[in-house]
Amino acid sequence: MSAEGLLLLLSGFLLSPLLQGVINRTKAVFAGRKGSPLLQQYRDMAKLLRKGAVFSTTTTGIFRIAPSAVLVLVAAAYTLLAPSTVESGWGFPGDLILFVYCLGLARFLTVTAALDTGSSFEGMGASREVLYSALAEPALIIGLAVLARVSGEMSFSGVFHGLGDSEWLSAGTALAIVVVSFLIVMLAENSRIPFDDPNTHLELTMVHEVMVLDCSGPDFALITYGASLKLWLFASLMVNLAISPLGLSGYAQVAGFLGGMLFAGILVGTIESVTARLSLLKTPGLLTGAGALAVLAFILAARYLQ
Amino acid sequence: MTAYIDIILVGLILSNFILLGSSRLGNCIRIAAWQGIMVGLLPMATAEAGFSFRIAALGSAVIVLKGFVFPKLLSRALRESDTSREVQPFIGYTASLIAGVLALSASFWLDGRLNLPIHSASAIVVPVSLSLMFTGLFLVVARRMAITQVIGYLVLENGIYALGLAIVRDLPFLVELGVLMDVFVAVFVMGIAIYRINREFDHIDSHRLAKLKG
Repeated sequence: MSAEGLLLLLSGFLLSPLLQGVINRTKAVFAGRKGSPLLQQYRDMAKLLRKGAVFSTTTTGIFRIAPSAVLVLVAAAYTLLAPSTVESGWGFPGDLILFVYCLGLARFLTVTAALDTGSSFEGMGASREVLYSALAEPALIIGLAVLARVSGEMSFSGVFHGLGDSEWLSAGTALAIVVVSFLIVMLAENSRIPFDDPNTHLELTMVHEVMVLDCSGPDFALITYGASLKLWLFASLMVNLAISPLGLSGYAQVAGFLGGMLFAGILVGTIESVTARLSLLKTPGLLTGAGALAVLAFILAARYLQ
Repeated sequence: MTAYIDIILVGLILSNFILLGSSRLGNCIRIAAWQGIMVGLLPMATAEAGFSFRIAALGSAVIVLKGFVFPKLLSRALRESDTSREVQPFIGYTASLIAGVLALSASFWLDGRLNLPIHSASAIVVPVSLSLMFTGLFLVVARRMAITQVIGYLVLENGIYALGLAIVRDLPFLVELGVLMDVFVAVFVMGIAIYRINREFDHIDSHRLAKLKG
């Protein structure tokens, strides 16, 4: 692997909690507060890692395995995606599908671990998580299918190396719609506003936070880190696509990517500051909208490239 | 030029999706106004012989009518009827959105099958106008409120207008003005009808009008 690829890969593992810090700082600026330090999430994780873990007697092995397994799966998905923009031979045909499946398995483990505790609140959260993901996953897969269709490749490195000026000229509208669709999927998959409020502590309204109520100590640190990495993963999918028409390579690509991620963090913070959380009954409509956008992009891409 | 046309056409599809998924009537009227403005910009973008006074006049007439006059009439009717949202449509919003996606795919499929012998300005102008017509018809059938039905009628008319542009690329001025006049009268009459219905029955739910019989 080249130095640029390694840099991209490590940036996610090291900087993903910082993205949360950027989002929180943006929200604080909007609200006129000083806000928590940018590195707050690292401190939280360090504190949690020093603590001991408590396990409820009703839980089984699934509950103990899930936090680390989820982190490993998200990290695997990220490893498939991250270096692919600068490494031309990275991955293999079909790694787009493996990417989605890794995330699906991670979600399955989170949900089963939540059900394993036997808590009714966690069951509610699990049910919502499954509902959202059932609607967000088609949007993600169809969006990836558009990328595969436009670039004619089935792997991330093929896709990102195949998307250049000419593709954006001929199918630019379709690709721009995919970027918007990925943005909505990112907000839904990471339980951000308008789908869920990550700061809320009312069990009745939470989605992701309620599923991990019983996790403590190092397990909770792994979950927090996994959630940051997942946010970074979805944001980097969107940013890589959005900066693909610039035709960057090497260190310029790395710099462009990191700048794009900073912009994505500010964008998410802005969205969270200016919109209210949607009521639970309305969120499926928005997610269906993301799916509709992805289908529209696919139809347009198929038509333009005839 | 094709890029501008495509952006307008994709904007039309997106406005369709919003109309199908939105329950607030005021929001629907605003989106329909935007759709009217985009449709009015279409002839300026598709004109083969370049920009001329005739096209500019036609386009601005459409923009003024569909973008400002109709929305004004509809918002007045809405204000007087004291309703702000469609509460119970015959087909729910998520299902409507899915129907819109299906209609879009169907119109692209239909366009491929029809194989119209025209050289239109853009590859997607015919399917987009077909999907506008389908969406308009769907709104007329699937919604209870008289205002949403009028909006559906406007969307349907937008589709017919765009299809006309796609086929002959520039329309005879008088014919087009005549059609616009008809639509104007129709919306005017419907606005008065909504007002009368509201005064007589205290609501604009067209479904409940069936109870008048017997």
